[in-house]
Amino acid sequence: MRYRKRFVIAGEGGQGVQVVGEILAEAAYRCGLESLYIPNFGVEQRGGASIAFVQVSDAPIGAPKFEHADIMAVLSRRAFERTRRYQSSDTIVIYDSSNLKTPVIDDKTVGIQGWETMAPEGFASAVGREPGAEPLPRSKGMLLPIPASDVAKNEFTPRVLNMVVLGAIIGLAGNISEEAVMESLEAELGSKFAKDESLREMNRKAIRRGIELAQQELSRAGVES
Amino acid sequence: MTGNEVVAWAALAAGARAMFGYPITPQNEIMHYWTRLAPEHGLKFLQTEDELSAGFATIGAVLTGSLAFCATAGPGNVLMQEPISMAEMMRIPAVWVIQQRGGPSTATVIYSQQETRLTCFGGNGEGLRIVYSTSSHQDMFDYVIKAFWAAWEFRFPTFVLGDGYQAKMREPVTLYDPEEAGVALPRVEPILKPDGVPSVDREPVHLRNTFNIEEELMDVLVGHIRDYAEMIPRVVESEEYLCEDAEVLVVAHGVVWRSAKEAVLMLRDQGVAAGGFRSVTLRPFPEEALRAVAERVKLIVVAESAYGQLESMVRDRLYGAQVPVRTLLKPGVGITAEEIVDSVVQFSKEV
Amino acid sequence: MGDEQKVPKAWRSETKPHRFCPGCGHGIILKGLADVIDELGIHRQGVFACDIGCSLLSWDFFNLDSIQTHHGRTVPVVVGMKRVRPDLTVIAYVGDGGGYSIGLQHLISSAVRNDPVTVILANNTVYAMTGGQMAPTTLPGQKTSTTPYGRSVPETGAPFMGPEIVAAAATDQAYVARGSVTKFPELKQILKKALLNQIQRSSFSFVEFLSSCPTNWRTKPSDTLKFVNEDMAAAFPLKEHRVPEGLGASG
Repeated sequence: MRYRKRFVIAGEGGQGVQVVGEILAEAAYRCGLESLYIPNFGVEQRGGASIAFVQVSDAPIGAPKFEHADIMAVLSRRAFERTRRYQSSDTIVIYDSSNLKTPVIDDKTVGIQGWETMAPEGFASAVGREPGAEPLPRSKGMLLPIPASDVAKNEFTPRVLNMVVLGAIIGLAGNISEEAVMESLEAELGSKFAKDESLREMNRKAIRRGIELAQQELSRAGVES
Repeated sequence: MTGNEVVAWAALAAGARAMFGYPITPQNEIMHYWTRLAPEHGLKFLQTEDELSAGFATIGAVLTGSLAFCATAGPGNVLMQEPISMAEMMRIPAVWVIQQRGGPSTATVIYSQQETRLTCFGGNGEGLRIVYSTSSHQDMFDYVIKAFWAAWEFRFPTFVLGDGYQAKMREPVTLYDPEEAGVALPRVEPILKPDGVPSVDREPVHLRNTFNIEEELMDVLVGHIRDYAEMIPRVVESEEYLCEDAEVLVVAHGVVWRSAKEAVLMLRDQGVAAGGFRSVTLRPFPEEALRAVAERVKLIVVAESAYGQLESMVRDRLYGAQVPVRTLLKPGVGITAEEIVDSVVQFSKEV
Repeated sequence: MGDEQKVPKAWRSETKPHRFCPGCGHGIILKGLADVIDELGIHRQGVFACDIGCSLLSWDFFNLDSIQTHHGRTVPVVVGMKRVRPDLTVIAYVGDGGGYSIGLQHLISSAVRNDPVTVILANNTVYAMTGGQMAPTTLPGQKTSTTPYGRSVPETGAPFMGPEIVAAAATDQAYVARGSVTKFPELKQILKKALLNQIQRSSFSFVEFLSSCPTNWRTKPSDTLKFVNEDMAAAFPLKEHRVPEGLGASG
């Protein structure tokens, strides 16, 4: 049976989205798979949504971009909107539930439910509203809430948000081992770990926690992982 | 590593000593990697004031017998046609890496195959150039090295035509030492400054690109055109995938070739006898090879991220062939295997 | 005191918040420009043209007719406009890359011709939008993505003294000055004089502002300001390099 998984990881610049993509591709390669990673990139230095596309397969990979993802991880509302087109009904969408909420259907609301009437996050925070409070627009795929930001903030440090997300992704993907991920991390960030050994352990624990959260959510949703 | 990083390593492996460039996305990282490698390997670099000077500086370096190269994209490629025209006229073996982005004008910094015609035929000449179109990091490595060899062997400006996707994506690649791998390396010699004192030990070298009367120019060009024709069999390259019994042929180049191959497999799964043809060299265009396959198939579908640039070449070279040619044209946008499959299925019904 | 409108008329609210990075000098220069446009009342005849680079993000910043051009070609575009429509007030907004590298010949030629245009240049010592490459105004020893070991003056030349060189090339009718985003009142004064030189005296004006790019400098806010106020100001003197006779301080 051919193994092929397509991933979209998206968030705001600064959340570590591209690192997740790079490490995922590298780890897959170390597991003996073909892999390809490409970032989205446009003219703006900052302030755009950051999106990483990763493909992993046991056969040669074609185009760097694709129509639909198998697994998505979305860390901000704007990123969710920008990447909605990559969802199909078979996509599993991990979203950071500490920042995003599923929509509440209010029959009395006029207009399109919780979609076009919302301000973009940046503007929302500028006018004094909590950016995290906006509900998610409708999704085509299966939503899997992972409170990544909260877990990172409460159990580790906010900086390892992306590692929790990476763990959740490999928890769903199969065929990519935690060991391969740790090796890839070592290759990329080894110099930082050398300066502070505790970082290595913390990153490993954050990844494990992510794997755990993803598998918990999956069984709650009644799906075989 | 990213495609841009691969280019820097390939140039180094080929023995390149100098790079000139000007910032333009998506090729900037080639400069970044080159400047990082420079002190350790004794490499030269200058970021010039614009693409015109980057191209001319590259030509200057090449004239003295140095392996030098330049890289650009998009609007930079447009400006680069000025120095490239001079290289074409004067048979200067300079190498350019082009990472295509959307066009025309500034458009996007991201991706396209819209500089195909420009890279092959830009400038005010006859397109006497060698253009390799890569579709993977391994290609990038292999063909950057080959480009240096081909440029110096045949003395035509030579190009490696990539794109923003290849520049920025990461995939596995095997780097190697060309000498150890038995890959031909360029034979470099000074063009303008051979050894010896001019008019004492040897005649001075006088180079010009200006002529007085039409016939003078024609004489020179005829010589270049003849050399180009003689070179074709030694340089032209194409790739065929499952073409032996194919009834439908997908034609593509560059990164779209990856999707084309995948599409061919998907079509075969559906019972369609599909095959794929890839132009590896766009200049010279693999006319003979394509005609041979075209004679056997019932339908050709050209897929490209441009509005007919590859298509024109295909139609031009297949003139007289009876097979219908249809197209999947998406200027500045990537093409997936699924889209090619859908197109082929659709066109097969119509034709 | 009545309600004071804090946002200038020239400031287009629909395109705010703007797309510049936090700490970017462009926002400051453009705010100053918006104030001056309001003060001079040139909304109708004003034309705003920007270059490639981060300046291109200002293409829809103002409630002015605007055009984003090719890299380094902003000056010739406004020169052409002004030739056929001398009633317009044309502004070319460029960066140190577009102004002093690829567009240098156009800038100098325009100064020599005394084209009645106003060129405003934001100098942040790097090619910011493309990822922080060396620029003509990069300081000696400064690390950029194409000078990873620090800019070497013997290899790449000394930082480009824009206003000084433009003043030397220009006629005595030109207004040429250098200010800084950290000195806002002076910035507005400079902008006003530059525009008045075009409007009242049909002459050329060129102004440079020391600007900040914490994103590519990778500096925190305090270090960013320090770099502008100490390192850059030491290399690039803040002063009016050419003030033509007859250009008053107020319009």
